[in-house]
Amino acid sequence: MELLGIYHYWVFAVLLMIGFYAVVAKVNLVKKLIGLSLFQSAVFLLYITMGKVSGGTAPIFLKDMIDPVFSNPLPQVLILTAIVVGISTTALGLGIVVRIKEEYGTIEENEIQEIDRR
Amino acid sequence: MTVLFSVFLLTLLVITAIAAVQSRNLFVSVMLLGIFSLLIAANFLLLDAADVALTEAAVGAGISTVLFLGALALTFEREHRPTPHRWLSLAVVFAATLVVLYATFDKPKFGDPGAPVQVHVAPWYIEKTPEVIDVPNIVTAVLASFRGYDTLGEVFVVFTAGIGVLFLLSASHGHAAQRRPDNGDESKIGLRNDLIPRVVGRLLVPFILLFGLYVQFHGDYGPGGGFQAGALIAAAVILFALVEGEERTLEAIPRGALLALMVSGALLYGLVGVAGIFLGGEFLNYSVLADDPIAGQHLGIILIEAGVGLTVTGVLLSIFHAFAARDRF
Repeated sequence: MELLGIYHYWVFAVLLMIGFYAVVAKVNLVKKLIGLSLFQSAVFLLYITMGKVSGGTAPIFLKDMIDPVFSNPLPQVLILTAIVVGISTTALGLGIVVRIKEEYGTIEENEIQEIDRR
Repeated sequence: MTVLFSVFLLTLLVITAIAAVQSRNLFVSVMLLGIFSLLIAANFLLLDAADVALTEAAVGAGISTVLFLGALALTFEREHRPTPHRWLSLAVVFAATLVVLYATFDKPKFGDPGAPVQVHVAPWYIEKTPEVIDVPNIVTAVLASFRGYDTLGEVFVVFTAGIGVLFLLSASHGHAAQRRPDNGDESKIGLRNDLIPRVVGRLLVPFILLFGLYVQFHGDYGPGGGFQAGALIAAAVILFALVEGEERTLEAIPRGALLALMVSGALLYGLVGVAGIFLGGEFLNYSVLADDPIAGQHLGIILIEAGVGLTVTGVLLSIFHAFAARDRF
């Protein structure tokens, strides 16, 4: 059980950094947004992992429950809304990418900078 | 067994993420991102977060994939340039990974009931929910009532993002222009000529809509609520649009109706809050909405969840149509 916990946190760290790599290293703007989504998902995973209580169940009362053990509902509330806000901001980012493509004819960051320098 | 499954899912997550970043073909990357979302949703379910899993599956694997594909259709499907300064970036990322990994050793044990996050305010919410609000789903109680103010803020963030996308993509600047309505060959629109998508799509759409409504109104009792229902209903309409073509979808639900949905949802939420003030309570205090405080809470939660559902449906569909109406040139 202990190893599984560490493994969860490690997967979080690796996913976070894969997303980070896509954001800093890739020049394609759509790829950067994909990286941002991965980064976001990694944070979601961390929060939900922290809320888990061993032997617990989803925080919903059922009629025949005697002394139930629930996982922490608060991170779940936070992440639930964060997912929907995340897709809205991603959509806004994609909208900006589409407009950049229409004005510059490219979505590669270094080509955009070359055009700007001219 | 569950442990094995967890490890398997987490490993798959890392592999999909690496493949999504590595692939030069953006179409492949987007598809892998959809798979990634579905896998992480399964993981959330294993971690007891049923509401979050439902949202992630509907939003991440469904709507996000469609929006990315819509953006790809308007831009390019391939990365043109190789990654510059690749080894420098990798070195920086590797160093940062080591720091984060080092920090994980100080984290409380996985599933520890005595971890700081479990003993601070969480027990209060679990204890007070049956007493003050009396809905079985604690997540809904916290989302809609205890922290209703935050959720109002989130709804307005979603609303603002929708307005932003509409502003960005409805401008006809430079050589870009709105697409003229397709008067030409009707049969070429959508997937209407492909038998299997058409039959499956037509069969599934009503059931997805029904499930969306169930999730909306059953959110007090089981996993669900306005955010999930909004995403599900939007996904059903988007599926209809993919099968039958965008024009026919706009005939069924015109753009004006979507704008009205967006605005009315956010307004409904705000008005419930103001109604609380006029009936002698605080902003977003639902206890004063009915004679019995518990009944008032139930009424308030149903109303604001409806507001959330309306806004999320309206915003996601407006964004979809904004991308779909933009012409490729």
